[in-house]
Amino acid sequence: METELRLGLPGGGGGGGGGGGGEGGGDQVVVMMRKRVFSETESQITTDDESSACVDLKLNLSSKDGSSTAEKSKSLMMNKNKEKNVDLPADPAKPPAKAQVVGWPPVRSFRKNMLSAQKSSTTDESKAGGNAALVKVSMDGAPYLRKVDLNMYKTYPQLSDALAKMFSSFTIGNCGSQGTIDFMNERKLMDLLNDSDYIPTYEDKDGDWMLVGDVPWEMFVESCKRLRIMKGKEAVGLAPRAMEKCKNRS
Amino acid sequence: MGDDPSSSSQMSEDDDDRSPPLDPSSSNKARNCSSGSGCDYIIPYPDQVLENVLENVLCFLTARQDRNAASLVCKSWYRAEALTRSGLFIGNCYAVSPRRATARFTRVRAVSIKGKPRFADFNLMPPNWGAHFRPWVSAMAKAYPWLEKVYLKRMSVTDDDLALLAESFPGFKELLLVCCDGFGTSGLAVVASKCRQLKVLDLIESEVLDDDVDWICCFPESLTCLESLIFDCVECHINFEALERLVMRSPLLKKLRLNRHVSIGQLHRLMVRAPQLTHLGTGSFSTLEGNPQGDQELDYVSAFAACKSLVCLSGFREILPDQLPAIYPVCANLTNLNFSYANITAEQLIPVIRHCHKLQIFWVLDSVCDEGLKAVAATCKELRELRVFPVNAREDTEGPVSEVGLQAISEGCRKLQSILYFCQRMTNAAVIAMSKNCPDLVVFRLCIMGRHRPDHATGESMDEGFGAIVMNCKKLTRLAVSGLLTDQAFSYIGQFGKLVRTLSVAFAGDSDMGLKYLLEGCPKLQKLEIRDSPFGDSALRSGLHHYYNMRFLWMSSCLLTREGCQDVAQALPRLVVEVMKSDEEEETGEYVDILYLYRSLEGQRDDIPKFVDIL
Repeated sequence: METELRLGLPGGGGGGGGGGGGEGGGDQVVVMMRKRVFSETESQITTDDESSACVDLKLNLSSKDGSSTAEKSKSLMMNKNKEKNVDLPADPAKPPAKAQVVGWPPVRSFRKNMLSAQKSSTTDESKAGGNAALVKVSMDGAPYLRKVDLNMYKTYPQLSDALAKMFSSFTIGNCGSQGTIDFMNERKLMDLLNDSDYIPTYEDKDGDWMLVGDVPWEMFVESCKRLRIMKGKEAVGLAPRAMEKCKNRS
Repeated sequence: MGDDPSSSSQMSEDDDDRSPPLDPSSSNKARNCSSGSGCDYIIPYPDQVLENVLENVLCFLTARQDRNAASLVCKSWYRAEALTRSGLFIGNCYAVSPRRATARFTRVRAVSIKGKPRFADFNLMPPNWGAHFRPWVSAMAKAYPWLEKVYLKRMSVTDDDLALLAESFPGFKELLLVCCDGFGTSGLAVVASKCRQLKVLDLIESEVLDDDVDWICCFPESLTCLESLIFDCVECHINFEALERLVMRSPLLKKLRLNRHVSIGQLHRLMVRAPQLTHLGTGSFSTLEGNPQGDQELDYVSAFAACKSLVCLSGFREILPDQLPAIYPVCANLTNLNFSYANITAEQLIPVIRHCHKLQIFWVLDSVCDEGLKAVAATCKELRELRVFPVNAREDTEGPVSEVGLQAISEGCRKLQSILYFCQRMTNAAVIAMSKNCPDLVVFRLCIMGRHRPDHATGESMDEGFGAIVMNCKKLTRLAVSGLLTDQAFSYIGQFGKLVRTLSVAFAGDSDMGLKYLLEGCPKLQKLEIRDSPFGDSALRSGLHHYYNMRFLWMSSCLLTREGCQDVAQALPRLVVEVMKSDEEEETGEYVDILYLYRSLEGQRDDIPKFVDIL
């Protein structure tokens, strides 16, 4: 239960009034009722002291010529009015369907996902990601492994980004989003083996360890059993095998 | 009671910041009486007595606003208050540094920290903005060895952070993570295994990564202290046998909220083990792959009937509506019922709700329609809080709930204090009715999902409805507006919303005047979030007198220019003014995408991501 203690300051009421009010120290006491700041009472206190939060705000707000911004907001207003006119139920026809806006209505994605997951299971729709392609991801040197749903991504760069984010807290040196590899390109892969510290590899259906990126995305999702992000040195041995397998396929 | 320099220096010498909380005899630092007779008796300083008294009295002050007021009286009150504050609340993790907070408050047992602004929940802010728990847990590990409780909301927490927490606080008892992310089951495993005194592990609407670690197994093998285990948001499968054994060796367990991977049959087994539960999250409330036939034959009614203390029921993630009658035995005692994941019709709701006479908190999906809400209004006379969520969170569908449901609720539930209502159409009349019928309203959040939708019956704006709310609901502190709104609505809020602390605005207003009304009229405004409204630099400037009193201001997709934001940053040195792009790829346009400003003692934070500029 809040007791609502207030400072009984000389010359003022217990609180309320214009800006600020005295309800607790959470709201800094401003201008009207001015408490002596600590720096005024005790010389030893450093400027870091929290009492400096009791700032005496005496701002001279210049009255700028706001004509240009007023015009801008007017024209925007006009546009908004146009938009609004469309909505007014002048006739009983339904308003035109609108494109969905980011973050609107304000329902947390957690909740949205829950409900759409329920609906798809009851109506037997197979939405993208309805069958999760969960694979374990381990990274050499990281204390924890992760799981990713490969169906959440459409391209290698997307997966690459996600992995980088997942493991960014564990990477040593200059990895992270800068250090992720563009592994769409076979040639680049070979180049990067010498440069990068970490190389993503995967175990395919045959049990072989392959470099990520040497097959089309869909085929990769199909055959990937799990992912391992290896240190560059260990991955070097893989490259020739990967190339061969690649050639054999094509 | 003045500031006696000599007594203050003695206090600081003797102050052992690492000692356990206050023991009255230990603070009896007095001077010896040097007298000729050689007897040594202790005379306490006059101030000493007052300080002792003060410290003992201050222990009774728990509300932080009161404590803040007490700390401003004078230096010795400041010190005494700092020594006796055991619960530390940080409303914005960037407003103060961990170092500063731990230096001032040295005997803290419980910490609450809030991070990201609320609009981040709706993907309005790019990921990895900040709010890292790491610097806080590192500082607290050194400063608060007796820490018992951590509550985090919208913070980024890693598994390493959880590991550090588990290792640093031997007496740790309560961990509550609300809307957090960045950690996985590995982090939970460390907490479960190392926090031997753990009473509360509550994971609420947090994103938990699946590391394939069986964290349920990690709890100690002996009897546990667990009183609350909430993991309904955890999307990973759990080891049910281990959970059952855990429940069996947790005799103090009162709150258990299961995730949707627990079938109704498994729920039955747990309920039989724990009839003492007061709060139950029922998991899927459905038969999963396991044993559909067997599950359906179990006697759920008896299981519920045995739970005589049950007051709070939630879950129902994949509900089998046929099983709903099983909960009848507990309905009469329920004070809190959460059906917000249960896609049920009015027909399915009515037989349940008509038993719930004591219900105070009710969350539901709009699938129950106005019809269902009427039934709620007819029975739940004690209702304090109602939340109606949309099954279809889209703008252009016909909605199942409307002004009819709102009107009914206002007439039936006169004690209503808090409402969150999503709908596709609304009228001023219904909102005005609620403002008159429910004078105790503290929280009014109405979300008309179609942007700029006017009053469905009259075609007018919704100004009058929201105006009535601020006029008639004298206790209102939190408001969220929607629908077609002109500057007039804001004029009303500025005029009458004198207690409003939190305000959420979207797709509303005509001009700068709207925002000016708010900033000039609402002295208690602490948290203001605005999106897609035509407010520009001039309006922003009109709040300069007030920004130091606020926790934050968020404005996205408004008419602010970088220069306008710069002006504010220059005028108010203790304000951190962050300007962000919502999409890294896009060109910076004429207007700022996102403005997020907040007061801070620390200046610019040192962990800003690429997409943030601090002016």
